[in-house]
Amino acid sequence: MQDIKSQKKVRDFHQAKWNEPVIFELHQKGERGVVPPKTEEEIASTVGDGISKLPGHLKRSRAPELPEISQNRVLRHYLRLSQETLGAAFNVEIGQGTCTMKYSPVVNEKLVASEKLRSLHPKQAEETVQGTLKATYELDLYLREISGMDYFSFQPGSGTQALFAMASMVRAYHEANGEGEQRDEIITTIFSHPSQAATAAVKGYKIITLYPDENGFPDLERLKDTVSERTAGFVVANPEDTGIYNSRIKEFTKVVHDAGGICYYDQANANGLLGITRAKEAGFDMCFFNLHKTFSTPHACGGPGSGAIGVVEKLKPYLPKPIIKKQGEKYVLNTDLEHCIGKVRSYYGVAQNIIRAYAWIRSLGPDGLKAVAETAVLNNNYLYSKIKEIKGVDVPYAEGGRLEQVRYSWEPLYQDTGITTEDISRRMADFAHQYWTSHHPYVVPQPFTLEPTESYSKEDLDEYIGSLSHISNEAYTSPEVIRTAPHCSSIHKITTDKYFEDPEHWAITWRAYLKKHVNAKV
Amino acid sequence: MTKAITHPYLPNTNPEIKAQMLKEIGVESIEELYQTIPEELRYTGKLNIPEALNEFELKREVGNLLQKNKGTNEVISFLGGGCWQHFIPAVCDEIASRAEFVTAYAGDEYEDHGRFQVLFEYQSLLAELLCVDVVNVPTFDWGQAAATAIRMASRLTTKKEALVPKTVAPERLKIIENYCSPDVEIKLINYQEATGELDLTDLKNNISEQTAAIYFENPSYLGFLETQGEEISRIAKESGAITIVGVDPISLGVLESPVQYGADIICGELQPLGNPMNYGGGQSGFIATRDEMEYISEFPSRLFGITPTSQEGEYGFGDVFYDRTSFAKRENGKESVGTQTSMCAITAGVYLALMGPEGMAELGQTIMQRSQYAMKKLNEIEKISPSYFNNVNFKEFVVDFNETGKTVEEINQYLLSKGIYGGIDLSEEFPELGQSALFCVTEVHSKADIDTLAKELRSYL
Repeated sequence: MQDIKSQKKVRDFHQAKWNEPVIFELHQKGERGVVPPKTEEEIASTVGDGISKLPGHLKRSRAPELPEISQNRVLRHYLRLSQETLGAAFNVEIGQGTCTMKYSPVVNEKLVASEKLRSLHPKQAEETVQGTLKATYELDLYLREISGMDYFSFQPGSGTQALFAMASMVRAYHEANGEGEQRDEIITTIFSHPSQAATAAVKGYKIITLYPDENGFPDLERLKDTVSERTAGFVVANPEDTGIYNSRIKEFTKVVHDAGGICYYDQANANGLLGITRAKEAGFDMCFFNLHKTFSTPHACGGPGSGAIGVVEKLKPYLPKPIIKKQGEKYVLNTDLEHCIGKVRSYYGVAQNIIRAYAWIRSLGPDGLKAVAETAVLNNNYLYSKIKEIKGVDVPYAEGGRLEQVRYSWEPLYQDTGITTEDISRRMADFAHQYWTSHHPYVVPQPFTLEPTESYSKEDLDEYIGSLSHISNEAYTSPEVIRTAPHCSSIHKITTDKYFEDPEHWAITWRAYLKKHVNAKV
Repeated sequence: MTKAITHPYLPNTNPEIKAQMLKEIGVESIEELYQTIPEELRYTGKLNIPEALNEFELKREVGNLLQKNKGTNEVISFLGGGCWQHFIPAVCDEIASRAEFVTAYAGDEYEDHGRFQVLFEYQSLLAELLCVDVVNVPTFDWGQAAATAIRMASRLTTKKEALVPKTVAPERLKIIENYCSPDVEIKLINYQEATGELDLTDLKNNISEQTAAIYFENPSYLGFLETQGEEISRIAKESGAITIVGVDPISLGVLESPVQYGADIICGELQPLGNPMNYGGGQSGFIATRDEMEYISEFPSRLFGITPTSQEGEYGFGDVFYDRTSFAKRENGKESVGTQTSMCAITAGVYLALMGPEGMAELGQTIMQRSQYAMKKLNEIEKISPSYFNNVNFKEFVVDFNETGKTVEEINQYLLSKGIYGGIDLSEEFPELGQSALFCVTEVHSKADIDTLAKELRSYL
């Protein structure tokens, strides 16, 4: 038998390509996808058709122009589109840095598929949801251990909503102390998620943004010059997007506290820090964890996620209500929060993510959690040591000391070849990889941000490194293949931006597309 | 301690591989990689968290925990009020559990073409139900959607007040008030005692040149229909305010879209469209408007659009007018965007594709028939009135227990003992209604379920 040489430097990949129509094009008059429950004869004979009670002007006069499609075809359509989506379960998902795309254990998905969770109504009696309340309460205790904070709320459905809740609490705190008017500034940093600045601005705050010093840290001297009796709060991540841990963080929180401000810690991603260092010791008053990042709940195409907020005792009365309390052997919803900001999201949070995160922590235990952090840092430093050797890559700021992620730069490659980080992003799709640049503005030129998490083996990391190295080589030898990429994706390169930028062309729905592009031409 | 086991989730805890990686990095230990964290900030204790469970133990442990819950599938539940029990087609569950979608996040239009297309399709399908040309990639829930719609209206009009009826869902009102402060003041408008509908006199007394928007819900939180939509929109328009209508989209197979009575912005909840309740974890909010630049400019959300690609006949999708967002502009973008509730929207799209126009019409009719039947059956019971308001209802209605001499709490406790989750107790949310409860009846409630409720109430009262 012939020996099959299967070893390749880069993956010979082609993503599914179905050329699937837009769902409206599948319409066949008279087909049905599902038949909803019908009323029993006896009910109909008692109350009639039900709809003739409607005032004429409220009764729908024209049926919605939804497509009519058989069930099998609907299923096939969506399954095909799922195949054209490169979920984390399918790739070495280290390219979406800052997003902590770790393995979401399948067993946890099985657990949350239970009707014992799915079918719960948020207003049913507490005694009928003791399982969920207990898991929530215990997850609160675990996160207290991990952060050093005193109480957690699971209400926010994402990191952005957690940041908004925290900005709301900062405002309520200063208002309760009679300084609401005076304290109108929140300080943030440029190497942070845009939502830090954006949510504080929604809450009426003037935003002051610290830029990095020559070592990549937020500028401490600038912070000292900036704080004043107008400072309401300071929000920061540590490490920031660069992966550099700011070892002077306690000085930062002290400067802000001395000026009377609240310090809140963006720990959306705390993956390198579990069991290593905590928000409390660094001087923070609040922090939040994204359960869909560090705690493995899946990202679900962009939510629902979960942003768990932890606070120190003095901020407990400001939490969105309710929080979970243990009363004897029972778990209850506690609404008794004196300065409560109200609510940021309906009900109590994304319960299925609470159960997933609870299960994930239980499957790791205290040693396992620390091993997660250490392995994430090991993986990242391994990746870093290899990627900085690739031709055309630069790594701005401090040598060494990166924790769970790194923001790299293709600036040398760009200068040499004209190939941009966006070009490389498209080419990476040809090798089955996700790849993310950076939020805007690009402080690091031609950026890309990688976060390997703890989930990927050395071999996996080598595959990703191999692909980047291969593309770097292409940039210097055959750049056209990168400029015209992707070649092995579900679709080809989009070469015009007028459908995204020009109001005459853009179509946000199929009916708008028909109006602007199809029927307009007839 | 027994021999360390390589954890199934952590391949590189394998000691040999770990040693090899450390060597290639050029350090002796992982500890060296943490040098930047000062001693005083190091956590030296052991986390007080239970020891690790293997998969079998975990399933048993969490399974036992969930056994302490009693789902609405095990009882007859009449709870609604913003999170509703509806029939979920199996195809919705199938798509919502596909690993490709469940584990995807924020990839670009090439790696995640399917994700972009299904979200564009969700926008398009919902748009047909709403009769509008623009629908967003959804936000957190109806409350957030309403709050953002109000802020959008405030920016559009440069005015700082919004009028909201007192019958608005209390959960949503709390979200709206916190989200809009300190920029937009929320003023509550009275309702008519007889019908629950907005008191137009009070509306006229409060609307002014400061008013950015009037927001109302249809069907209302308390189940009755607001029939004066056209008049309300006219009053709003006259004073330069924007009309925002919050809607339960499952009603729109039989009810007219709010566009038909003058809504400028429509918002609402996607949970009823194929998403499990999940103890409130299935909420997802949409916002919809006309295809006009001034409206589109004010969306904080992502809006996916369709485009040709370099290959003839191929569809591509991507972000429309990205520069509006906080992703592009940080604090200078429109509000904020980030992880929201895309999976719920994908599911809602699947649901609408399955249901089609006929399904939505049949479903709306079934809900109206069953809820009217429930009201009729309860009406036969002495001392209770199943419609506090004299009005037409959709799906929900306020049951007046004031004459029974019993509190809703007592009644619900009794019903619970009989395997029934009674309606939401309104005595705290709406004290003026006394001992009243909000009952929800959908297509999932059979005649037998409703008869059982009536029988138990009769026997208790």
